[in-house]
Amino acid sequence: MASLDDLKKRIASVKSTQKITKAMKMVAAAKLKRAQDSAEKGRPYSEKMNNIILNLSEGISDKENAPKLLSGTGKDQIHLCVVMTSDRGLCGGFNSNIIKKAKNYFSRLSNEGKELRIITVGSKGNDQLKRVFGDKIIENISFKNSKNANFFDAEKVSKIIIEKFQKGEFDICTIFFNQFKNVITQIPQAQQIIPLKTDIDDKEKSEDNYEFEPDEDEILTNLLPKNISTQIFKAMLENSASEQGARMSAMDNATRNAGEMVDKLTIEYNRSRQAAITKELIEIISGAESL
Amino acid sequence: MSEEFKLEVVNPEKSFLSKEDVTEVVVPAFEGEMGILKDHISIISFLKPGMIKIYSKLGEEKYYVEDGIIEFKNNNLSILTSSIFNIKDMEKSKLEEMLRVAEEDTAKDNISDQAKYLIDQKIEVLRTIN
Repeated sequence: MASLDDLKKRIASVKSTQKITKAMKMVAAAKLKRAQDSAEKGRPYSEKMNNIILNLSEGISDKENAPKLLSGTGKDQIHLCVVMTSDRGLCGGFNSNIIKKAKNYFSRLSNEGKELRIITVGSKGNDQLKRVFGDKIIENISFKNSKNANFFDAEKVSKIIIEKFQKGEFDICTIFFNQFKNVITQIPQAQQIIPLKTDIDDKEKSEDNYEFEPDEDEILTNLLPKNISTQIFKAMLENSASEQGARMSAMDNATRNAGEMVDKLTIEYNRSRQAAITKELIEIISGAESL
Repeated sequence: MSEEFKLEVVNPEKSFLSKEDVTEVVVPAFEGEMGILKDHISIISFLKPGMIKIYSKLGEEKYYVEDGIIEFKNNNLSILTSSIFNIKDMEKSKLEEMLRVAEEDTAKDNISDQAKYLIDQKIEVLRTIN
């Protein structure tokens, strides 16, 4: 059995760990509020953008000559996967969930004999993927210096993607991120952004005919790259809200576990203290009796 | 009958402005300035650098934009832009800085005609505000 001193040290160390996790939980909670706010505020833009593109793609007369970003290259041989994770750890299953989802997708692709390229956004994803898929990773982007997700960063990512698409380096692009549902639930998502997948709901189909200025094609060619930035920005916002949520619940759990551990150790400590006293008493009494 | 319609300006970070009572909006559309009144036909267009003027009962508001898309439908005008500033709140130093950057950009010779046209537009607008 551990000595009294050892137990005392362990209790102290668990207590200080608990303090840290508690503080991290508080910080995450404060950041979560902000991240959630900006995720909610960012939604109207991406929704409106989506709507406009939907209306546009319906109105396009010549589907054959539609911009490639909308219609695709006509092949699906090379897949580009953009895996978006956080730059920091200690956030529970946040990163592993994305990675798991991505890995499932990767293995399905390789079973189908497709080629795979990976771009990682965020250093944690890169760390986890480079062991197995190191040779597939063509780019690693990290925004460690940016405090909050901002549109500027999203534009940088989308620029890289579009450049590669124009060079014909891939046919289909999918992004992986966590969608924020609530503090305890984040849903890993795979969203295809090139070619654009529109879930056209028949009910929402507008009957209106729009007037375009300049013509549809030109608007589309300009709008599609913007849409990609917007989608990536949306993913970044969702991700940062999810990250803080995941961290908050992970740290909450850790604090609770540490509390339980302190209780258990304290009981053990008191027991062994009592045992030591009893032992001493017995020694004294039996010593006195033998006289 | 009221002559008012709904306006919403959003940028990627947030909903920038939302009004229910505008009577006229003038936007710098790609092929020239365009005034939008109630019951305008549904339209989608691009913006070039310029000024958005919003008229309502309370008077006139002016905003500077660099790019964006507008959509008008069922008396709802949505303006999507990543760069919009209220001219009232723009500081002179910032304006001059933007103007300087734009002038540098237009001096470069590796830009396309279209980009050059847009930057020239921007300079012109910035000069008028300044």
